[in-house]
Amino acid sequence: MSKRVARIGIFIALAMIFSYIEVLIPFSFGIPGVKLGVANIVVVTGLYMLKPQEVFFISILRILLIGLLFGNVMTLSYSLAGGILSFVVMYIFKKLGSFSIIGVSAAGGVFHNLGQIIVAAFILKNEKILYYFPVLIIAGVVTGILIGFVSDKVIKTLKIQDFSENLK
Amino acid sequence: MNKRDFAFIVIIIIVATLSYFIMNIGSDRDGYMVKVTVDGKLYGTYPLDEDKTIEIKNADGFNTVSIHDGQVSVTDADCKDKYCVKQGVISNNNESIICLPHKLVVEIAGTVDNNEVGEVDSIAK
Repeated sequence: MSKRVARIGIFIALAMIFSYIEVLIPFSFGIPGVKLGVANIVVVTGLYMLKPQEVFFISILRILLIGLLFGNVMTLSYSLAGGILSFVVMYIFKKLGSFSIIGVSAAGGVFHNLGQIIVAAFILKNEKILYYFPVLIIAGVVTGILIGFVSDKVIKTLKIQDFSENLK
Repeated sequence: MNKRDFAFIVIIIIVATLSYFIMNIGSDRDGYMVKVTVDGKLYGTYPLDEDKTIEIKNADGFNTVSIHDGQVSVTDADCKDKYCVKQGVISNNNESIICLPHKLVVEIAGTVDNNEVGEVDSIAK
């Protein structure tokens, strides 16, 4: 039990540091609202190393903490919608078994942005914002692939060091 | 990356491209207005996406302007030459049909100033 708590704590801390780095140095693609989402490396990596409910808890807690520290209620609700939807979709894609970590991460990226734009359209009561949909899902695929590649490397490195065995 | 990943990525790119074009077709027409001017004065503006037939009568005669399926035409007129009717349909921004004898100008405007539009407020949201 204490091992689980420590493990979850490490992952949340890492995710928060990644989020903080992105607040300091935004990896912008020149499109408003589009960012790399480095913290998702933790979520994708976690999905392949931890129990699903642990990853879900890590993802939600990371969003809540970062939202309270750097955001406001509005940005928090966008982030939560994106975080929950992307987690659910990534979990399903992984369960299907036929997608590699790249596909799982790309799906997560797409649905993360999709969740955010739907909530944004509801909050702003402006369906015109949905015109942004094509740009956002392309951005989701691109960032998702990048995050997937990095997570793949992270998992392989951790496995070489037998870290994952220690986690079990 | 395996075949399934690649297929998923391709599907998303196709969906994005298609929705981009579909939305652009829709949004381009959204704000378009048909502007009718008689003798230099604004007679009325009408949304391009609503089918409507407008009878314009003045001292010189009458013209029938028809808005149908995003296209505008003068279907009938009692002027001598009937050039306005022969000009056929217009559907793109800044195109116009002109009836010189009746001093009538029918034009399509992508954006119309709100104060000019008057009773039509559908584009100001």
